[in-house]
Amino acid sequence: MTEQTQTPTSQYVLECRDVSRTFMIGRGPFTEKRPLRAVQDISLQVRRGEVLAVVGESGCGKTTLAKMLLGLLEPTAGDILYEGVPISSVDRRDVARRIQPVFQDPYSSLNPRKTLAQIISLPLDVHKIGTPAERKARVEEIMELVGLPRRLLYSYPSQLSGGQRQRVAIARALAMKPEILVCDEPTSALDVSVQAQILNLLQELRDELNLTYVFISHNLAVVEHMSTRVAVMYLGRLIEFGMADQVFDHPRHPYTQALLDSVLTPEPQYSLPNIAMGRGFPNPLNPPSGCAFHPRCPHATELCQWAQPQPLAADGGTVECHLHSDPDAMAKSPRINEQKASAA
Amino acid sequence: MEGNTPKNTSDHVLDVRNLNVRIKVPAGTLHAVTDVDFHVDRGETLCIVGESGCGKSITSLAVMGLLPRSATMTADKLTLEGRDLLSVTDRQFADLRGDRIGMIFQDPMTSLNPVYTIGNQMEEVYIRHGKGGRKEARERAIYLLEKVGITAAASRLGQYPHQLSGGLRQRVMIAMTLMCDPALVIADEPTTALDVTIQAQILNLLKELQDEFHMGLIFITHDLGVVARIADRVAVMYAGLVVETGNAEQVFSAPMHPYTQGLLECIPIPGKTVRGSQLGSIPGIVPALIGEQEGCLFRNRCSYAREACTDGEIDLETGGDQHGYRCVLTPEETVNHIKKAPNAAVAE
Repeated sequence: MTEQTQTPTSQYVLECRDVSRTFMIGRGPFTEKRPLRAVQDISLQVRRGEVLAVVGESGCGKTTLAKMLLGLLEPTAGDILYEGVPISSVDRRDVARRIQPVFQDPYSSLNPRKTLAQIISLPLDVHKIGTPAERKARVEEIMELVGLPRRLLYSYPSQLSGGQRQRVAIARALAMKPEILVCDEPTSALDVSVQAQILNLLQELRDELNLTYVFISHNLAVVEHMSTRVAVMYLGRLIEFGMADQVFDHPRHPYTQALLDSVLTPEPQYSLPNIAMGRGFPNPLNPPSGCAFHPRCPHATELCQWAQPQPLAADGGTVECHLHSDPDAMAKSPRINEQKASAA
Repeated sequence: MEGNTPKNTSDHVLDVRNLNVRIKVPAGTLHAVTDVDFHVDRGETLCIVGESGCGKSITSLAVMGLLPRSATMTADKLTLEGRDLLSVTDRQFADLRGDRIGMIFQDPMTSLNPVYTIGNQMEEVYIRHGKGGRKEARERAIYLLEKVGITAAASRLGQYPHQLSGGLRQRVMIAMTLMCDPALVIADEPTTALDVTIQAQILNLLKELQDEFHMGLIFITHDLGVVARIADRVAVMYAGLVVETGNAEQVFSAPMHPYTQGLLECIPIPGKTVRGSQLGSIPGIVPALIGEQEGCLFRNRCSYAREACTDGEIDLETGGDQHGYRCVLTPEETVNHIKKAPNAAVAE
């Protein structure tokens, strides 16, 4: 981590500059460890009050990115800046004060042996904020904010429904009055009707408290509904990044297109989408050469097999695809996946 | 083991009438499934949809004879290919499972045995049901693996489940289900654990296989998007009851039960729902189903609730078009309510 010159006032509340994270994976004590590039060269920016959605299939590195944004993992390269200041140079406690997580499964993210009052006030206790009476008042205030009745103050998580538990998790995250919430699949463990309640709550809180969200989800219908900016990840790389309207209405990367096509909405007039993506997700320990998406891409050419596309800035976002960065070369290069697509 | 080819009078593969499941729990009797009627024909897909705890999985377990010991089941009729499942012994049921009824579960990692090879597990089904020897079993396994789109099928047989990706494992699971050419396949949330792109592929695969092998399919899920795209007929369950049934077009385009309407409003639809707008939601939670239940079980969460909802049993009214729903509102009232703001008609 080199010393970064600090921009006094950044227009971005959160920014990633060429962030990478590599894990060394060994198969056993005597084998050589191999690098797993969970996140590679990610650069993105979030303004205050925005909702940045991170989407992608499992194993694409979204959770690793989230952990780095929370300061729980250090990037192996690059910098994460909070209001222009590198997170690595800020005290761990200060990071926790500003950026708080909401996890996927409210059944496992809450301590079953603590009451709601204890769970929600824990961050305040850790940071030694206020007197016990003030903490209790703050807990009651937040519970009201997230729609939890006061009578549940001394209940245990096991006495609550899934939706109520997720409200507790949100309340706990809000106890420190953070500016950014990192929500990792906040609704995927919940039922449809409860999911809508939680999404509405998150929207209300955002308006009320001027929060910024990093919203990680694989449910694209939800992402499209919630987000203002979208980062699409594939095998650790940010393959498309831009404003939500742009990405959803005019997706540029073939993978983004495929993801959008695979959203199933309750509209019986449409049949199942035929996604000619062929093979499954590649092994991240042994990623494909060139563009990592080329074995599944319907537009792939020989160029994609050996050349890694570089991010191309356009329309306030970036896209990483030869179709956009080298359209001429792509037109000349022979296609490779046409037979594969029909066989799959 | 034989005797699974009696010519049945009705052409329903599965016919269920008035299915009730009661489970003894410390607090009393849980009314898990109440008065459920449905049938599945060959080549047809019935989707049972509902939220957790609505009884959809218990219904499927009842049909498969896999209910826990603490549960008691009663039904007026439960037949598979004309054969009465209410009178078969546990042993006979074990012969039917895997042979006439196939099952696909949510998580292929936990439903495949990690210490046996794929080939071993697939062949076992075939041999266990007396369809033939190891050699035929192997040939059928290879044939089916190719059918489900797995390349180099013969070499896959020697692999263990952990060596395959989630999508591949689910394909293996589907192939295994088809080993004995079942008449009925019950798929319980088969794509929930998979990524969206893989989900679409697996659903397409199931459709193709259904066209080819002509089995009846019961698809259990909470995902209305999946249901809308694959179902021939839909049964929406709430609190152990089927609250609405009909074909996919009827249930999704003209939902009549307030619960179905509420569920559909909860889901953002790209291109239709305004981004960032308030989603519809169903207030409250599912009632506890312990003890005798009275009246409409949805009334506490329903914005149309009225006096008539509180007592008696509300029947599943099916008109001539097979679109039925369990609600005291008349069709005209429901349609009027939909047009009005949802909260305009709260009970007096």
